[in-house]
Amino acid sequence: MTAVSDPRPTLLDRVRGNADARRLARYLLIAVVAGLIVGKDGTGDEPFSGIKGSFQDSTMLYLVIAAVVASVLARLYDAQRDTVAQLRGRASGAREQLIGGSRQKYANIAFLVLALVFALLLPLGLSGFWQRVLVERIGIFVLLALGLNVVVGLAGLLDLGYIAFYAIGAYVTAYFTGQLPAEPPFTLNPFLIIPISVLAAMIAGVLLGAPTLRLRGDYLAIVTLGFGEIVRITAVNSDKLTNGPRGAIGIPHFSAFGYQWKLDSKPYYYLLLAMMVIVVIAFRRLENSRVGRAWAAIREDEVAAAACGVPTVKFKLLAFGIGASTAGLAGNFYASKVGFISPDNFLLITSFLVLVYVVFGGMGSLPGAILGAAVLTWLPEVLRDKVPAQDRYIYFGVLLIIMMIFRPQGLIPSKRRAREFAMHEGGDALGSAEGSGTTAGAIA
Amino acid sequence: MSADQSAVQMPVLEVEAVTLRFGGLTSLAAVDLYQERGEILAVIGPNGAGKTSLFNCLTGVYVPQEGRVTFRPTAGRDVDVLGSKPHEVNRAGIARTFQNIRLFGALTAVENVKIGVESRQKHGAIGAMVGTPRARREEQESDATAIELLRFVGLGRRANELANSLPYGDQRRLEIARALATSPSLLLLDEPAAGTNPAEKRQLEDLIRKVNDERDISVLLIEHDMRLVMSIASRIVVLNFGKVIATGTPAEIQSDPAVIEAYLGSEAADAAGA
Repeated sequence: MTAVSDPRPTLLDRVRGNADARRLARYLLIAVVAGLIVGKDGTGDEPFSGIKGSFQDSTMLYLVIAAVVASVLARLYDAQRDTVAQLRGRASGAREQLIGGSRQKYANIAFLVLALVFALLLPLGLSGFWQRVLVERIGIFVLLALGLNVVVGLAGLLDLGYIAFYAIGAYVTAYFTGQLPAEPPFTLNPFLIIPISVLAAMIAGVLLGAPTLRLRGDYLAIVTLGFGEIVRITAVNSDKLTNGPRGAIGIPHFSAFGYQWKLDSKPYYYLLLAMMVIVVIAFRRLENSRVGRAWAAIREDEVAAAACGVPTVKFKLLAFGIGASTAGLAGNFYASKVGFISPDNFLLITSFLVLVYVVFGGMGSLPGAILGAAVLTWLPEVLRDKVPAQDRYIYFGVLLIIMMIFRPQGLIPSKRRAREFAMHEGGDALGSAEGSGTTAGAIA
Repeated sequence: MSADQSAVQMPVLEVEAVTLRFGGLTSLAAVDLYQERGEILAVIGPNGAGKTSLFNCLTGVYVPQEGRVTFRPTAGRDVDVLGSKPHEVNRAGIARTFQNIRLFGALTAVENVKIGVESRQKHGAIGAMVGTPRARREEQESDATAIELLRFVGLGRRANELANSLPYGDQRRLEIARALATSPSLLLLDEPAAGTNPAEKRQLEDLIRKVNDERDISVLLIEHDMRLVMSIASRIVVLNFGKVIATGTPAEIQSDPAVIEAYLGSEAADAAGA
């Protein structure tokens, strides 16, 4: 607001009353904040010298000009969109078009094919470093986001300890490859441990869920948060079982069908891509099945869902188990690819980050979860050489704030979720946005 | 034949001495009532009389401190309702609607109904993910049943519209379709006519009759609209302050002094008695 405020109250009032002026003020504010971040840094002796320096920097001027230009463009875009919407509204009687035509279907298929071709060719043009980032950061977290999306996005359960299942998958892999102090009954290649990791994570999910899923959203969040920490602290403290903070070293690479995965990231990438395609297809079908609809019902109104005969606890457990097993798969994959795991891989912040990816991408949406996780894991890596190390996560934070201001429903929200969002916008936007407020206690 | 006949005599629902308290507040005090199979029974009473609390006890939402509720989905099969969870009560064959409509607003009309149909289906998550023949067949069945039910309640053309974009009266009917989707033998309607206009009320009256006649479903109805109650209910139970103060045919209830007192105050009751 500093950029447009003026001692005369009349101007301020006029600014408040005018949508265009409000937008300009908002853009200018973002420009100034951005200018402060990229501008001069303060020093320990003179913390405010950075602010002064930033305002004197030419970058600030460019950003302010960009903000003005952007607000003019946004104005023009709005005007054009309104006209188009008006014309369309007249044509279709303003009714929401719910059944996409066959044209839309072909467009979707074409898009999917293009996306797959892009994904197949992607690692070929990348350096070794970026191939590694693509698998160990982006790929793994896309898989985690896909799993958490089932729990948070589809079933509407806020799980803040999701990373615990990832840890369980990774530690089970380390255990059965014989890389933990505890002696396993038999050792296997990590590839053959995949089903064990998945199953172990699923069992952990069901064991955690069975007593806690009767709780309402907010309590569930706290219990899962505690569970996430319990798993990590157990890994840190039980020296004899998990090798404590030193973790497990030397977990072998995958080997299956006579093929041996090695240090090269590309074969891992293609394996991960294949797993993701399977997971995406399975989840897509799930979403449009009786299970997905039951989840939507539970998310929207648990009391009404139960009154329709939906066993709510069972379906919530199912979502928990499916989400957890996806994380178990990711944990197994990570352990084998990197060969080294320690409790530091499974910090609470990582749970939050995965949740952020899902919300950023658009809750309940598969392309959203993929894109959200990909963009937000890629960003800190790309900023690594471009900005001072201590600033890296400021950019991350600002991006999230801007996103939540301008597009709170996420990059690619699911149709259902977008509608729910619009419905609750007036009343309790927060409750529905966090997927925790769906169970209104009162029954009139 | 005679065994059959005696079974037919058994009420579909029996409520015995149900008492529900919230702390020091007694919401229902030793409520007794029964409903014959195939009957339309209305529960009326002033605001706060405990009508919706009674519904919540019958559907497993509240568990009363004392009493017994027996539901007979078919003659000769007794289900103890108290202590069952809401979805178990629904599975046993009691479906309900809500006073303040509780549709799944962001889903389409047909999806709302499908959720009811699908709560009875068997295929699980793996079946859905793999696309087993059974999952496909059940999905088709669910579509067909849902569309048929939407036509039954007169919403056949609105199948793909969002539930919360429907007009109020249509939302009421959609809630009934969703309840019917679980193939109940007893349907609980909580003020189905509330907030509807006279034309919608008439349609609703026809629909309730049709549900009762064509589908052989017993209907238990809470309603404030006296014209509607008097015209469709075969018997009426009157609640006041959590107690049953009268039971009888519409004609008996209209002339009952206790009922008139509850609704209009004691002076009016005196005037009516004189």
